[in-house]
Amino acid sequence: MINLTIDGVKISVEEGTTILEAARLLGKDIPTLCHDERLKPHGACRICVVEVEGAKSLLASCSTPVQEGMVVHTESKSVIEARKTVLELLISNHPLDCLTCEKAGDCKLQDYCYRYDIKEDKYGGEKIKYELDDSNEFYICDQNKCILCGKCVRVCNELQCTGAIGFAKRGFYTHIAVPFDRKLYESDCVSCGNCVAVCPVGALTVKKRDKYRAWEVKKVRTTCSYCGVGCQMYLLVKDDKVVGVEPCFSEPNKGLMCVKGRFAYNFINHRDRLKKPLIKKNGEFVEVEWDEALDYVASRLKKIKDEYGSDSIAGFASARCTNEDNYMFQKFMRAVIGTNNVDHCARLCHATTVTGLATTFGSGAMTNSIGELEKADCIFIIGSNTTETHPVTATYIKRAKLNGAKIIVADPREIELTKGADVFMQLKPGTNVALLNAMMNVIIEEGLEDKKFIEERCENFEELVEIVKQYTPEKVEEITGVKAELIKEAARLYAMSEKSSIVYSMGITQHSSGVEHVYSVANLAMLCGKIGKEGCGVNPLRGQNNVQGACDMGCLPDVFPGYQKVFVKENLEKFEGAWGVKLSDKVGLTVPEVFKAAHDGKVKALYIMGENPMVSDPDIKHVEEALNSLEFLVVQDIFLTDTAKLADVVLPAASFAEKDGTFTNSERRVQRVRRAINSVGEAREDWRIIKELMIRLGYECSLNSSKDVMEEISKLTPQYRGIDYERIEEKGLQWPVLDKNHSGTPILHVEKFARGKGLFKPAHYKAAAETPDSEYPLILTTGRVLYHYHTMTMTGKNEGLMNIVGEPFVEINPMNASKLGIKDGEMVEVTSRRGSVKVRAKVTERIEEDVVFMPFHFKEANTLTNTALDEVTKEPELKVCTVRINRL
Amino acid sequence: MAKYDVDSEKLKRLEDYIDSIEQKEGALIGVLYKAQEIFGYLPKDVQLFIARKLKIPAAKVFGVTTFYSYFTMEPRGKHVINVCMGTACFVKGADKVLEELRKQLNITEGNMSPDGMFTVDSLRCVGACGLAPVVMVDGKVYGRVKVEDVKAILDEYREGGSTQ
Repeated sequence: MINLTIDGVKISVEEGTTILEAARLLGKDIPTLCHDERLKPHGACRICVVEVEGAKSLLASCSTPVQEGMVVHTESKSVIEARKTVLELLISNHPLDCLTCEKAGDCKLQDYCYRYDIKEDKYGGEKIKYELDDSNEFYICDQNKCILCGKCVRVCNELQCTGAIGFAKRGFYTHIAVPFDRKLYESDCVSCGNCVAVCPVGALTVKKRDKYRAWEVKKVRTTCSYCGVGCQMYLLVKDDKVVGVEPCFSEPNKGLMCVKGRFAYNFINHRDRLKKPLIKKNGEFVEVEWDEALDYVASRLKKIKDEYGSDSIAGFASARCTNEDNYMFQKFMRAVIGTNNVDHCARLCHATTVTGLATTFGSGAMTNSIGELEKADCIFIIGSNTTETHPVTATYIKRAKLNGAKIIVADPREIELTKGADVFMQLKPGTNVALLNAMMNVIIEEGLEDKKFIEERCENFEELVEIVKQYTPEKVEEITGVKAELIKEAARLYAMSEKSSIVYSMGITQHSSGVEHVYSVANLAMLCGKIGKEGCGVNPLRGQNNVQGACDMGCLPDVFPGYQKVFVKENLEKFEGAWGVKLSDKVGLTVPEVFKAAHDGKVKALYIMGENPMVSDPDIKHVEEALNSLEFLVVQDIFLTDTAKLADVVLPAASFAEKDGTFTNSERRVQRVRRAINSVGEAREDWRIIKELMIRLGYECSLNSSKDVMEEISKLTPQYRGIDYERIEEKGLQWPVLDKNHSGTPILHVEKFARGKGLFKPAHYKAAAETPDSEYPLILTTGRVLYHYHTMTMTGKNEGLMNIVGEPFVEINPMNASKLGIKDGEMVEVTSRRGSVKVRAKVTERIEEDVVFMPFHFKEANTLTNTALDEVTKEPELKVCTVRINRL
Repeated sequence: MAKYDVDSEKLKRLEDYIDSIEQKEGALIGVLYKAQEIFGYLPKDVQLFIARKLKIPAAKVFGVTTFYSYFTMEPRGKHVINVCMGTACFVKGADKVLEELRKQLNITEGNMSPDGMFTVDSLRCVGACGLAPVVMVDGKVYGRVKVEDVKAILDEYREGGSTQ
């Protein structure tokens, strides 16, 4: 420890602490402009200078480490004089238009000028006039106000790692620039806004949809409702309306956000929000009062249940809703309706993960934390376009790369992460099992496996050896199209690095052999002993904000909350005791099975909470037919989605900004969602609607707040046992949280696997259900783009995002394009066995020959996709089907 | 690989040079130097190519290129003429010499003659104030240059390779 004196107060701090940090510990407010605690000290702005007795000159406190016996003065006469000079020089080339400047009230330059009584430009020297760059959809760059602190450049390059902006020229002409002084929209900028968030002045400001001053808004901390990263943020509220979003400097995002979370909030107060319940009368929706709607739904469900039995009713919960909503939904289906026919869209994304990892490890979730990626020595990204699907998680991967980590990417497309990758394996869609087997073949062949780990902690190794023996890199080169040498290099890098992490997403899960894909990933990690250690693990990135939570809450047809199987007697008795009714021990239907059963007339009624299968599910024509065969369809949503349009009753739900509750992110972190505004129109929180129906169907419910619901959840769900709202007020906890004193579990399977021993589940490579033939010669793979979320019910309402990606497209390799005579930007017809759509062609070398790509946010993609299912988990093969393309 | 709108033979030379560097981290300035030697200047596509090869952001390449006055993004003529604008040379009428050079070379915009033979630029003090005003052509120093001398100086280089 180092002892020093700051403004007459003695303090003892750790070695390496800067004077600034030490002073802040004492509550001293030393001004800073270029300082950001996430970055290395920069020492550029000199506003943070302090006087240290005995030093020759004033020292920048942000970059000067403390020394034993230092005597520091933070506001001495010479310090104040120096700060005044810095400020005078800054404003000598700065417009003094604070009256109308968007940053007024939240501007550090303004605050410090006030603090040190700087009123006007003393020097009257030359001012440079820069043109305003408002080309970005979401923010404005006004270099006339830039003070060159460099925070934006460093955040873009060192934290966000996009590298869109830099310094250009020198001396008086230095300015922030994208390459060749073009406009922002012509650069690599991904509109994350992380530069805007750190700009201390008005040089980078948000294009506001509603005018507000910094002092007029209330800031409400909550969890982002886009994607499974679970970024912490503030909703800015003025006059009961959400007018902006700001990042929060907490786990897991530490102040970073992406374009969707930061700027696409306008759906919350959008004019198209559902504001009253709707009942379809004579084919037309009619607005009705809540009582009428709820009575009607209850009576119809009761009638169908009485007539056809409980299992003729099914429900889809929602990965977008809170844990509390989802818990109540499955309780309603199980305890009130009396069926286990409850599922949700996890079926389409990570059902194979939940089952695959539960089988091999004993727990079907991300084994490690997002933040640990930064500490890894090697990251193997397979089937995840992380920069677009989980933008903030991707920044951890890129920072690991900056720290020297090796990056291996396996993907059919040349995704952004391939740019800095050490090995890029561009494999044919659907051949992951062969690729992973070949990597394991190399590892075993070269003796790189972790023998001790296998011996002590795993079982069934012999079968793995037997099977992967048959997958030599040379043979697999023929299957995958990846050069044998690359496979070997990847295998060695992964096995020989100390901390190796695997990151995967739907490129692994959405296959007819999806669960075997997941087994293979698990096999590789166990083979090399990369489980249960920091910076290692098998990390499936969950797609939606609360898909992890919806699974945890038992919105799956085979498990109660906490993955407790419905057919196990003790579990059944436990829940029957807690809920006070007899429950079904029969495993219910999955999403695809519900559609089939509806088609066949076996399921008569469907209750959908916050899902949109008319866009998200494979073979949309089939989905529509199934929904139309139902006797009764209820859709509870925030907008009149394509699915809601087919409903008999539509119930208006509150958005995340109007709710209290929790979301569980991809790394199992349970985080608070807080109500920022009153419900729009007559919309109600999802769980309250469910509660009303419970009561109408004769089930007593005494839960009066989301907090009450969480109390019940924590009693019945072992992983959530130690969770309550007080404990997660500041920072979310990662399950399992064993009791009220347990601090959560950032890393799973540390000493032993959740199932005891890790189980090797070797699998043979199986071709996708559809393989190219003369009629359908191309493979279609689908995926996400940065600028949209799921079925676009939220992002589709944002003009900025729609201006960037406003229509579906198909990516096609120049070779295929030239054979078909297709030009970039031309409309083409894409046809599969299910249907035919017209979309614009994007000719790009990003995708390899004979493979085409379409984003799944638009209905077009799933008009074409195949309903072939993974046998074990019933997850559809959304990643591979075959198509042909014609010119129009 | 993306297409670059520059001489492919020269690009190959640059690529070979970059590939020959073992430690690519921190190699940017050396690479830019080499690139300017090969191309005579640093057009956008050359900068983009360097960014991709060194796996660094183009913004960083652009930043370094514009920071150092040695690097230029403008094409250079075959011969580079620098007129000293230091105090001594200026007092002795260097501005008139510069004006005459531009006039004789038909330069109206930018710094390069339309035939691509000459680039005319100015610099600050070459340390030969005794010879003011000073003009440098490709590193060769001409002292006490008068407006009338301009034609003769240019002819020296024109004869060396010009079609005129």
